[in-house]
Amino acid sequence: MTAAHTGSDHHGPAKGLTRWLYTTNHKDIGTLYLWFSLSMFFLGGIFAMVIRAELFQPGLQLIQPEFFNQMTTMHGLIMVFGAVMPAFVGLANWMVPMMIGAPDMALPRMNNLSFWILPFAFAMMISTLFMDGGAPNFGWTFYAPLSTTYAPPSVTFFIFAVHIMGASSIMGAINIVATIFNMRAPGMTWMKMPLFVWTWLITAYLLIAVMPVLAGVVTMMLMDIHFGTAFFNAAGGGSPILFQHVFWFFGHPEVYIMILPAFGIVSAIIPAFSRKKLFGYASMVYATSSIAFLSFIVWAHHMFTVGIPLAGELFFMYSTMLIAIPTGVKVFNWIATMFRGSLTFETPMLFAVAFVVLFSIGGFSGLMLAIAPADFQYHDTYFVVAHFHYVLVPGAIFSIMAAVYYWLPKWTGFMYDEKLGKIHFWLSFVGVNVTFFPQHFIGLAGMPRRIPDYALQFADMNMISSLGAFLFGASQLMFLYVVIKAIRGGEKAPDKPWEGAEGLEWTIPSPAPYHTFTTPPKVD
Amino acid sequence: MASETQTETYYVPEQSKLPIWMAIGMATTVTGAALWMNGSNAMMFLAGCLVLAATLYQWFSIQITENHQGLAGPQLKRSYVWGMGWFIFSEVMFFAAFFGALYYVRGLNIHWLAGEGAFESTQMLYDNFTASWPLMSNPDNSLFPGPEDVIHATGLPLINTILLLASSITLTISHHALIAGKRKPMQIWLGVTILLGLLFLYFQAIEYHEAYTELGLTLNSGIYGTTFFMLTGFHGAHVTIGTFMLIVMFFRGQKGHFKSEDHFGFQAAAWYWHFVDVVWVCLFILVYWI
Repeated sequence: MTAAHTGSDHHGPAKGLTRWLYTTNHKDIGTLYLWFSLSMFFLGGIFAMVIRAELFQPGLQLIQPEFFNQMTTMHGLIMVFGAVMPAFVGLANWMVPMMIGAPDMALPRMNNLSFWILPFAFAMMISTLFMDGGAPNFGWTFYAPLSTTYAPPSVTFFIFAVHIMGASSIMGAINIVATIFNMRAPGMTWMKMPLFVWTWLITAYLLIAVMPVLAGVVTMMLMDIHFGTAFFNAAGGGSPILFQHVFWFFGHPEVYIMILPAFGIVSAIIPAFSRKKLFGYASMVYATSSIAFLSFIVWAHHMFTVGIPLAGELFFMYSTMLIAIPTGVKVFNWIATMFRGSLTFETPMLFAVAFVVLFSIGGFSGLMLAIAPADFQYHDTYFVVAHFHYVLVPGAIFSIMAAVYYWLPKWTGFMYDEKLGKIHFWLSFVGVNVTFFPQHFIGLAGMPRRIPDYALQFADMNMISSLGAFLFGASQLMFLYVVIKAIRGGEKAPDKPWEGAEGLEWTIPSPAPYHTFTTPPKVD
Repeated sequence: MASETQTETYYVPEQSKLPIWMAIGMATTVTGAALWMNGSNAMMFLAGCLVLAATLYQWFSIQITENHQGLAGPQLKRSYVWGMGWFIFSEVMFFAAFFGALYYVRGLNIHWLAGEGAFESTQMLYDNFTASWPLMSNPDNSLFPGPEDVIHATGLPLINTILLLASSITLTISHHALIAGKRKPMQIWLGVTILLGLLFLYFQAIEYHEAYTELGLTLNSGIYGTTFFMLTGFHGAHVTIGTFMLIVMFFRGQKGHFKSEDHFGFQAAAWYWHFVDVVWVCLFILVYWI
């Protein structure tokens, strides 16, 4: 195999912009994903600030309802498809090959393609803000007929942007599946894989299974809008509820796509700072698989109030409640890992512990929403907004931040500023709770979501919520500062900066060399 | 170097200009398509398609060259197997969305629209609507004029079923000839497969023509026309892609690209062809027959 060595010369990265445009290196591509995600996080965050500024007081102060609708829609789409998903893919790119002892991702050129179609897709989607009739204004769930019969012309661009994002996700997921199946170092058996690898493997399967369904549903929209079909039009024998079924068949696994990798991250960080092995490794794997399976048979719990048969309501209520069991197993295992551990609370651990507590709050409100008769009251209120922001912000986003702090020394070769990191954590922690906790109350009291104006009795809580949002938003600038500071220099990071950390990624130098594990390590 | 281990050095390609061109091609194509649908001309769409075609040609030719240079070891080839396999699965899920929609409208929705179950309220909207399948009369026939007749399973669809099933057999014969190292029968049977595929597409075109000109069955004729054309149309698009893949394999076979133990391009095209075949069988049963 003499020819095989030509591709694995130990050289550094190319210079200039072409390094990033033409790269086939999993670390470069991971970095691209992470920076892209961070920029989308700030853009989506600006939209959130606009929303909260308008809701600071009752009445219309800053923007018109049409634009408010565009802001809620774009905020949701950009945070889901632009911030959270690419961040996890970026982390997978950086860490999965290093964790399983592989030289790179299985299909490196396709890996580059998966990333570089994203900026085009989002450029297309953001450009709709400047089109005649404005950006999509039908919410991130783009229910028909709002998104078909009554949609602005820019919806066509939105549809194609979603197609491209879907293609990116499918290619990324196939790459991850091929990498994990095919490129584990000798001795890295299934049940030795780090949980982040396990959770990503399962996430990749969810992506391969449901992103095509998303492509299907936007294609149906496209056909209804431009080619006269009747998928979502009852006048032709179709149904707007069909849209909701197909959308949520994608949409519910999608929310687990945004949380399973987070479980993997937390399962790496909590043992590291507890200086103990993870409690119940095997049960974590089985619980993750169960959650993934259940995610396919719960979708209609988003549709309790649209008029589905009673048998459907019951089935989807019970199947949804079942998810609490594997999730409970996970939370139990994390707590049992910390129990009698030798705990320290560096920034990654702070974020991870906050994740466990706050994600559980979001999980509990999810259980409340799962109860079909009770959901008739909660549906489409701020209670729902509070629920999914608790699982996505102090859930998914906190886990991403925990991951960044945890692996930043490995990526940059420098320790981040621990003091600033802790301040960032506490500001975020306070900000996120002040923002979203009051939304439970105004939701239960009956304030509907997605409105720019509200009745006077909701004024105080909305003002508190807005103040929390401004605090949370502003403190993320600090995160940017800490990350840039750590890239530019600081205290040199050792190979393994965290005493209790385990895994192959800590056996290589910090910063990780451009090419790692060109020859696979031996795992005992 | 741990050359003794079963895992050889995995070939990680150098920097490549292909993906960014592919990304530019995809973005141009879809932006062009969106502009075209919103009343502009098709120029940008066509330009994007050209970029895509040129990039894909380059990409595959580089891939083939690398394989001939021996850069792709057995481990990398397994990655291709995983990649193609799960790509086909994602295609299955794409079709599943449309089959699911067919089930929903036919099995549940039209009955509810006709007032069954606890859905009497819809009768206030569409008073005289009764459920039937194929749905010849829609809830609102002024917006969606129903078809006069539909395509029946026993005519062209049955012939097409036989054609496609036969094509799967001829392709397998060709594949076995390839494994046995007999190039001539391989090329002949591959050629037969391609002809069967083209014949299928020809009949499909005749069927569509008949539907539009004689039966009044169109995309606009309500949910029957919608599901009929979307399912058969996407299948037809996949047959077109599959036939194109097989034609490429034919020319590669002429050039002697394939070895009996190393012919993943051929194999992947064959898998894709069998997948398209299975989808057709489901279509024949669920769309045309029952």
